Amino acid sequence: MKIAVIVFPGSNCDHDAYSVLKGIRRMEVNFVWHKATDLNRYEAILIPGGFSYGDYLRAGSIAKFSPIMTSVIDKAKRGYPVLGICNGFQVLVESGLLPGALITNRNLKFLSRPVSLVTRTTDSVFTRNLNKGEKLVMPIAHRQGNFTADEETLKEIRDDDRIVFTYGSELGGNPNGSVLNIAGILNKERNVLGMMPHPERAADPLLGSTDGLKIFESLAGNS
Amino acid sequence: MEHYPKVTLSTALEHGLSEVEYQRIREILGRDPSYVELGIFSVMWSEHCSYKSSIKLLKTLPREGGRLLVGAGEENAGLVDIGDGLAVAFKIESHNHPSAIEPYQGAATGVGGIMRDIFTMGARPIASMDSLHFGSLDKGRNRFLLEHVVEGVADYGNCLGIPTVGGETIFEDSYEGNPLINVFSLGVVKHEHAVSAVAKGPGNPVFIVGSKTGRDGIHGATFASVELSEESESRKSNVQVGDPFTEKLLLEASLELCKKSWLIGMQDMGAAGITCSSSEMSAKGHCGMTLNIDKVPRREPGMNAYELMLSESQERMLVVILKGFEEELQAIFNKWDLNCTRIGEVNDTGLLEVYEKGTLVSEIPALELVLGGGAPQYDLPAAEPVYLKALNDLDMEALPEPQDYNEVLVTLLKSPNITNKHWVYSQYDSTVRTNTVQGPGGDAAVVRIKGTQKALAMCTDGNGRYVYLNPRLGGQIAVAEAARNVVCSGGDPIAITNCLNFGNPNDPEVYWQFKEAVTGMAEVCRSLNTPVTGGNVSFYNESPTGAVYPTPVVGMVGLLEDVTRSTTFEYKSPGDFIIVIGALNGTLGGTEYLKVIHDQVQGNISPLNIEFEMRVQEVCMEAIKKGIIRSAHDLSDGGLAVNVAESIVAARKGIGAKLDFARKLRNDELLFGECQSAIIVSIAEDDLINLVIISQEFDVPTQTIGRVTDTGRLVINELIDIEREPLEKAYYETLKSRMA
Repeated sequence: MKIAVIVFPGSNCDHDAYSVLKGIRRMEVNFVWHKATDLNRYEAILIPGGFSYGDYLRAGSIAKFSPIMTSVIDKAKRGYPVLGICNGFQVLVESGLLPGALITNRNLKFLSRPVSLVTRTTDSVFTRNLNKGEKLVMPIAHRQGNFTADEETLKEIRDDDRIVFTYGSELGGNPNGSVLNIAGILNKERNVLGMMPHPERAADPLLGSTDGLKIFESLAGNS
Repeated sequence: MEHYPKVTLSTALEHGLSEVEYQRIREILGRDPSYVELGIFSVMWSEHCSYKSSIKLLKTLPREGGRLLVGAGEENAGLVDIGDGLAVAFKIESHNHPSAIEPYQGAATGVGGIMRDIFTMGARPIASMDSLHFGSLDKGRNRFLLEHVVEGVADYGNCLGIPTVGGETIFEDSYEGNPLINVFSLGVVKHEHAVSAVAKGPGNPVFIVGSKTGRDGIHGATFASVELSEESESRKSNVQVGDPFTEKLLLEASLELCKKSWLIGMQDMGAAGITCSSSEMSAKGHCGMTLNIDKVPRREPGMNAYELMLSESQERMLVVILKGFEEELQAIFNKWDLNCTRIGEVNDTGLLEVYEKGTLVSEIPALELVLGGGAPQYDLPAAEPVYLKALNDLDMEALPEPQDYNEVLVTLLKSPNITNKHWVYSQYDSTVRTNTVQGPGGDAAVVRIKGTQKALAMCTDGNGRYVYLNPRLGGQIAVAEAARNVVCSGGDPIAITNCLNFGNPNDPEVYWQFKEAVTGMAEVCRSLNTPVTGGNVSFYNESPTGAVYPTPVVGMVGLLEDVTRSTTFEYKSPGDFIIVIGALNGTLGGTEYLKVIHDQVQGNISPLNIEFEMRVQEVCMEAIKKGIIRSAHDLSDGGLAVNVAESIVAARKGIGAKLDFARKLRNDELLFGECQSAIIVSIAEDDLINLVIISQEFDVPTQTIGRVTDTGRLVINELIDIEREPLEKAYYETLKSRMA
């Protein structure tokens, strides 16, 4: 699988994602600069964490106007997998590929710590290797990760089984005040996943957890 | 033509120069300086840029040897070899005065400045730390400062994507009104990509890159070189404003540039902006620079040469390249949407020539401006402080022993200096870049070097109270303890950087403290073979109520050849033996216990035998390398009881400890006394003999004092018997609830 890691000028988890993807069997990874527009040769897209354009206004709100995002939206509409992590999730929401909004954490502060996740659906290319209810541990690092949406949207994503991960009760529980403890959601077509926690930071036993690898292995189609 | 005020002695005095210095300037120039020239001299000869009151003593610190490639003072930060063709650059700097009046921007730009110091050398920053000292947490103003300083450090470092992996947060009344905000950054560079801050080759073009220049921070360096006063609040315009996104762009663009063979030199603009970078780069290359100041991109109209030369606008660099590569340079900065403007060229006159609207407004020999050149150097009078004799007397007879040691332990775990700082570091992204093997909260942080088996251990240490009570010994301990922390995490100490925070150097008692502390640090650095790569001196840390505790902060870096030897401080398995490596001789002088429980800052601090200390560290290091150490924790603030309690509460659920041993000490000395050269480790029973063999080899005593249990209780002799839960609550929840 050829996967593109999109690089905005303020991306800072691009290299982390790249180095993990590079180690995944049957995965071929390249960086794609935000001023580029051609994603034709890629079969999957990853939008990494960071501060795309500084995010002084609202996380991800400027990124949606960048040249590359037109191509990313096009890829998503054509059914290719798109994974947004942290700032990538924020960009996907701002771009309209995912519903809802990510507002400032309940305690109004940046939060950096490990969280416990519960896998809610295995019906996606990102989680097909996982088991329903499977618990994962990985870090979060964000100020605006408090997911919220109107009642109708929430009902829809719940009824459609589009909540992928929720924060579990261990390790301090829901860190940021997200509604329904949501940590990651899918679009209606199930090919776009946005998640606040960082699977690429949980992909090495030296760093304490390899749970994140399961998501990338799923995506690559490895068993 | 721009009209400037006429320069007289009184103008010079207003600029913070002395009469002698003003006369010296007139001699150098052979005439009266212009107003622009006066401004340039005043910032370059300020304490902040010239180190005029400290440099003679700083030269007594070991600044070469060990693994040092480039020594202190030669570059923005020293370079230390770590093998595999790699070197590390690291440095710690203060941003105390700006943070005292504008904590968010003060702290944020402190981070920005230290990061630029590192990447201007071609090194990619991979980790940072902060050492923060505030007045009492009981006061609203101090909580306000803490809140916003932490937010400033967090926002800047998080946006840049550099993990903040460690540091310390300390509270003492003496920092009231003058907090100490010291930030540390460490970067890695391939030897061949290291860049020098030099200008060479007459005719080579000089560029300013990065942000536009505004009026922010004019005279920031001078502001840092006087005491804070009631009027300081009105000097907010002296505080720079940070833009971490632009810094991130500048970081990436600069690192691309560093790989180019046509780059001659680069220096970041911190204190004294264009003035400092242009004069230092020129002096270093034995040349001069001709600048057309009108070319500098600016944020607001109407700025004159004086303002442009002195502005401390952030996120800027001065770059000198080989003539003929201008387009290649532009291409790099265009990619990152940054300004890149040619503002002059290198000349062979040795003069810093500044033209404004066609008129020559400054013509100064660059060498006369800089440290090591014409900048003044002073020997200041030093006198032993009168407070020392009175304070060193500690009447033990008059000190009642507590009734309830459980209660004392809980109180100490709640003490702001000991209690866990999760509230602070959970705001710092500590895991970005996926190298953080040990994050904040341990003895030292451990960050691996991708592509190698290696890792670096690092910590900051600055116990101002110790130095206040005994400056020489306090200086020694600052280095020794930092090394011990690094060793506990598995690192072999290789070098230090230091930030020396003191009061007004013109006060002989302050200067004596400074002199003694530097001497003490130098002694231990020599013994440990950990040279000083550089750092920073911050004088004039005084508020209306007096000088701060003399506070040298050490940033120690250690090397792990094998990252899997990274060692943490929490207990691992029930049944493990708890052992003291070294000597357990707690004394109460200057301890956290004495301050918190008896409300006294008094007494002789624990002595240090450096030769013994080294052997203790070697035993621990050797045992870690052999893989027999399950946990290691330096005995420090709060003494043995706090040390053991910390290793329990950080361990998994159910872990406890039972200690049973005797000493000819008072019970409070035994439990809460602080001492040097003692490391508490836990090991499996089977490895006892191996540890004994190693300790005999180095002739260091070791003693089993207890065992790790599965009871979830801490029991020490007949004195302490307490559940984990109240200890956890005291340790983990205090700061959060105090800041709520």
